Amino acid sequence: MAVTVKIPAQLRGVTDGEGEVEVEGGTVGEALDAVFDAHEDLRARITEDGTLRRFVNVYVSGEDIRFQDGLDTELSDGDEVTILPAVAGG
Amino acid sequence: MAVEGLRCKECGTDYPLDARYYCEECFGPLEVAYDHSGLDAEEARRKIQAGSSSIWRYADFLPFEGGPPATRTTLEPGLTPLVRADRLAEELGLGELWVKNDAANPTHSFKDRVVGVAVAKARELGFQTLACASTGNLANAVAAHAAAAGLDSYVFVPSDLEEQKLLATGVYGAKLVGIKGNYDDVNRLCTQLCEERPWAFANVNLRPYYSEGSKTVAYEICEQLGWTLPDRVVCPIASGSLFTRIGRGFSEWIDVGLVEGELPAFTGAQAEGCSPVAEAYGEGWEICKPQRPDTIAKSLAIGDPADGPYALELARRTGGEVESVTDDEIRDGIRLLAETTGIFTETAGGVTVATLAKLARAGRIDPGEQVVAVITGEGLKTLDAVREGFEMTVIEPTLEAFEAGTRDAAPTAA
Repeated sequence: MAVTVKIPAQLRGVTDGEGEVEVEGGTVGEALDAVFDAHEDLRARITEDGTLRRFVNVYVSGEDIRFQDGLDTELSDGDEVTILPAVAGG
Repeated sequence: MAVEGLRCKECGTDYPLDARYYCEECFGPLEVAYDHSGLDAEEARRKIQAGSSSIWRYADFLPFEGGPPATRTTLEPGLTPLVRADRLAEELGLGELWVKNDAANPTHSFKDRVVGVAVAKARELGFQTLACASTGNLANAVAAHAAAAGLDSYVFVPSDLEEQKLLATGVYGAKLVGIKGNYDDVNRLCTQLCEERPWAFANVNLRPYYSEGSKTVAYEICEQLGWTLPDRVVCPIASGSLFTRIGRGFSEWIDVGLVEGELPAFTGAQAEGCSPVAEAYGEGWEICKPQRPDTIAKSLAIGDPADGPYALELARRTGGEVESVTDDEIRDGIRLLAETTGIFTETAGGVTVATLAKLARAGRIDPGEQVVAVITGEGLKTLDAVREGFEMTVIEPTLEAFEAGTRDAAPTAA
C-alpha cells in the first residue's frame, strides 16, 4: 500500500525538512519501518525496543491506533499515518 | 536566578524557554527547571506574605524572572478560600476536612491559574493569538484572559459541551470552534494546528508554562494551613496535569524548606465513564489504556490523559490511590457538598466529593487525617446535573395559600 506518513514539526530536522514521507507498507509497523529505513535517526526517537515510545501517538486517518490493532493496524492505499506527541492537552 | 530553562521529564535534555512542549529526543514532556539553591526560606515567606492576593505572590516559583511579569492580565487568579468543612466531615465520619474552593476564581474554575501563567508567557514571547483545546473551563479562562490582554483567541471544544460553558466562552468574543468528536479528537486537531498556525496554544505549545500555574494550589493550601502540609489531598484527574503539579508544588516547598514533612497522600478522582487512570491504577499498569468517554463529568472527559503515567506514579508513591465513581454518585456528590458546606460545584467537583465519600464510607481514609478536597469549578456551569434534584412549591401570594401549600414543611409563628 502506498501511504503518507506525517512527521511532527520538531523532528523535521531529521527528515531534511520533509513534513511528509511517502512509503509502502501493509501495516502501520511496516510503514514506520520504511520511514526509519529512509531516516534512521527517527527510529530511536519514536520507538524503543521495537515498540512505540509511551509519549508517541499514531493515528491512521484521524483514528488512534490503540483503538485498532496498534502497530499491526492494516493500511489501505492512500491512508495518512500521523505521528504526534502525546503530551498535549488537559 | 530561579528559572533555568525547559527540561525533558523523561531524558533530561535541556531546551530554551520558548514555545515548545515535547522532547525531540524521546517525545517526553518538557517542564520548567528551576534553581532554588541559596533561597532563604524565611525571606521567601516574608516576600510571599507581602505579595498580591493572587497567584502572583508566588512569582518566584513561576517561570518568570524578576517578580510578577508585566505581561500578566488584570484578571488576578488564585488565593481562593480554603474552607473548613466540619458538617461534611461529620457526615462522612472523617476528622479534619477542608475544601479548597477554586470556583472562586475570575472565570470560576482553577483554569484561571494555568491560563494566567500561559497568557503572561504568550505575551512575553510575542504571540498575538491565544488558543486551546478545552473541555469547557479552559475555554472560559482562555477567552476571558485573551479579552483582558487584548489578544485574539481561538477556542476548540467538543460541540456537545454544556451550554453554560459555551456561553461563558462566546461572551468574551472568542472564536469558538465546536468539533464533532470528543475531547481527544479536539486535542489531536489542536496538536496538528499548533504546527500550522503561529498561535500560543495554552495547553499545547505553552503547556510547560501553563501547567506551572497549578502548583499555586499547593502553595495556597500550605499557606492557608499555617505553612504546613495536609495528610491527604483528594483531587480530580482529567489529563493529570493539575494532580501532578499540585504534587510538584508541595515537593518544591519541602525542598526549599518553606514547609516541613512528607508529601500528602494523593487520592485521584475520576468518573467511571472516563477512568483510564483509575483503571490503570486498579490493574497495576504503569501507563493508561485510552478510553472513549461517556460521563456527565464532561470537564474530566479526557480518554487519553497526557500526564496519566505521572499521576499513577504520584498516587502510588504517596500512599494514595485513584478511584472512580458513577454518574449518579457524581450527582449525589454535588448535592452532598452543597447541603453540608453551601458550596455549589460542577460535575468535576461532584466527582471529587463522591470519591472522598466512597473512600471515607469504606474506611479507606483514617479519621485522624487532615484532608483537603480540591473543588475545581462552579456548579452554575453544569446545571443539567442538578436539574431534577428538588421541588419548588408554587402558590398565590396570600398567607392562606402559603399555609395550605406548605402545610407539611413550614413551621408557623404560633
